[in-house]
Amino acid sequence: MSVVDPPRNSSRISGRPPSRALERAFRGLCLFAALLPVLVLAVLLFDVVRTGLGRIDVQFLTSFPSRRPQTAGILAGAVGSVWLVGLTAAIAVPVGVGTAVYLEEYARRGRLATLIEINISNLAGVPSIIYGLLGLELFVRALSMGRSLLAGALTLALLVLPIIIMATREALRTVPLALREAGLALGATQWQVVRQVVLPMAVPGVLTGSILAISRAIGEAAPLVVLGALTYVDFLPDGVTSPFSALPIQIFNWTSRPQAGFAVNAAAGIIVLMVTLLMLNGAAIITRNRMQKRLGR
Amino acid sequence: MPEAFSESACGPAPYRTMQPSDSMPDTVAAKLSVQELSAWYGEKQVLIRVSLDIPERQVTAIIGPSGCGKSTLIRCFNRMHELVPAAKHRGSIQLDGEDIYANGVDPVLIRRRIGMVFQKPNPFPMMSIRDNVLAGLRLTSTRRADTDAIVERALQQAALWSEVKDRLGEPGTGLSGGQQQRLCIARALAVEPDVLLMDEPCSALDPIATTRIEDLLTTLRERYTIIIVTHNMQQAARVSQKTAFLLQGELVEFTETDALFTKPKDKRTEDYVTGKFG
Repeated sequence: MSVVDPPRNSSRISGRPPSRALERAFRGLCLFAALLPVLVLAVLLFDVVRTGLGRIDVQFLTSFPSRRPQTAGILAGAVGSVWLVGLTAAIAVPVGVGTAVYLEEYARRGRLATLIEINISNLAGVPSIIYGLLGLELFVRALSMGRSLLAGALTLALLVLPIIIMATREALRTVPLALREAGLALGATQWQVVRQVVLPMAVPGVLTGSILAISRAIGEAAPLVVLGALTYVDFLPDGVTSPFSALPIQIFNWTSRPQAGFAVNAAAGIIVLMVTLLMLNGAAIITRNRMQKRLGR
Repeated sequence: MPEAFSESACGPAPYRTMQPSDSMPDTVAAKLSVQELSAWYGEKQVLIRVSLDIPERQVTAIIGPSGCGKSTLIRCFNRMHELVPAAKHRGSIQLDGEDIYANGVDPVLIRRRIGMVFQKPNPFPMMSIRDNVLAGLRLTSTRRADTDAIVERALQQAALWSEVKDRLGEPGTGLSGGQQQRLCIARALAVEPDVLLMDEPCSALDPIATTRIEDLLTTLRERYTIIIVTHNMQQAARVSQKTAFLLQGELVEFTETDALFTKPKDKRTEDYVTGKFG
């Protein structure tokens, strides 16, 4: 009788373990999948830095475009990009935050809110070149803004709006209902509660959204090409109605030139663009973390 | 003679046997008078023709099992009930004889006269202790020169002053749970309301913090009309002068606290206070 009854506990935890070969293989595959994009990026970066780093000097940063690669520079593109991104943020952040506040705080669940929500999700999936076409027709032609900074910034603002709206809504949702009720119970109006309780707590999330949006806007070339941003600009923008170039446009133009010197310029331009992007993101992330700490989260 | 009681006789609930004469001395004025109040969330009715008169400068407790409509009742008092989508109500509530649901009455102004303390302490996390006390004034952009005095008075009344007077600039969320709840009481008192609603204010607190809040109620009722919702019958017995027992949205009994606990008139009240259900 005792022969058919093996000691139970020992049979469960000792003895031959099941084979883990499959699990190990799967883990290896996942690791490979995770490393692959990093590897590709590293190779690309290495190539760009090796080609372009030596080209970056004061002359390169402070010169206008030229027919000769040695005397060409990114000044017009870089300044154009700064204008463009600043304007884009100035347009997209207030509109995006306003939309998010309306949808989260004021809109009743109904057809209008659903319609707006569906459209925002759809907009997020539209290819950027389509935005360029829209901008060309609407801002450049119909509203006669010409190929100006304002037209470019409005187009990019449309492009990044869904990013800001979604990030802000997410942030607003994390603000506890109890705090809204606390504010209302003190006799504040809904606007006062939104303005002084809810929005301050959502600022880190809004910043995250704005970082993503700006990063997207600063790297976009396609919509600007369609819009008709200039590739040869020997002046700096003097206002929002000025024609403009942008860094991605400049890089795009250089890569399509036959001379080897321009390829070097393009690589150097890419480095400048990337460093700017990283610095922008870094600054925003530091600001956000400081604020989160202040909110005690 | 309070009108709500005489009116309740014509309601559909025949078990309401309370006599106004033995439950309320004529000298105590009704601060809040509730008549035939029904409330719904969508199709679900949570209050059924509740009528009661809340006496001024006393503590009135509202007891009953979970889901009986206690919180909904007091959220009707400061018009917070209507903030929930699909919430509706019928009946009237009078504050000092004025209908708070009348046309043209701004709920915002009602809430400045009827303050509220919630179940869980909810100080504003981005504000210091001092700013939390002043939150009611800050949010409503009320300019006051004597803010220091307001802060000290409110914190004194909430029995928190001695514990925080040296660190008013620190965040309110850094305090213990019981201190946070007293901070929330101070915040409600700083806007100088007439009535203070408390929705299970001690349910998230330990026994010592609970005792402090209960002691506080005894001093606060000298100046304020207090309505406290509690699922804790001992607490109701300790702090209140009158108690209302709600069951499934109906007011079963509303009388002097001593009488309700020692000689309840309704069988269901007796069963509840003796712990047969709940």
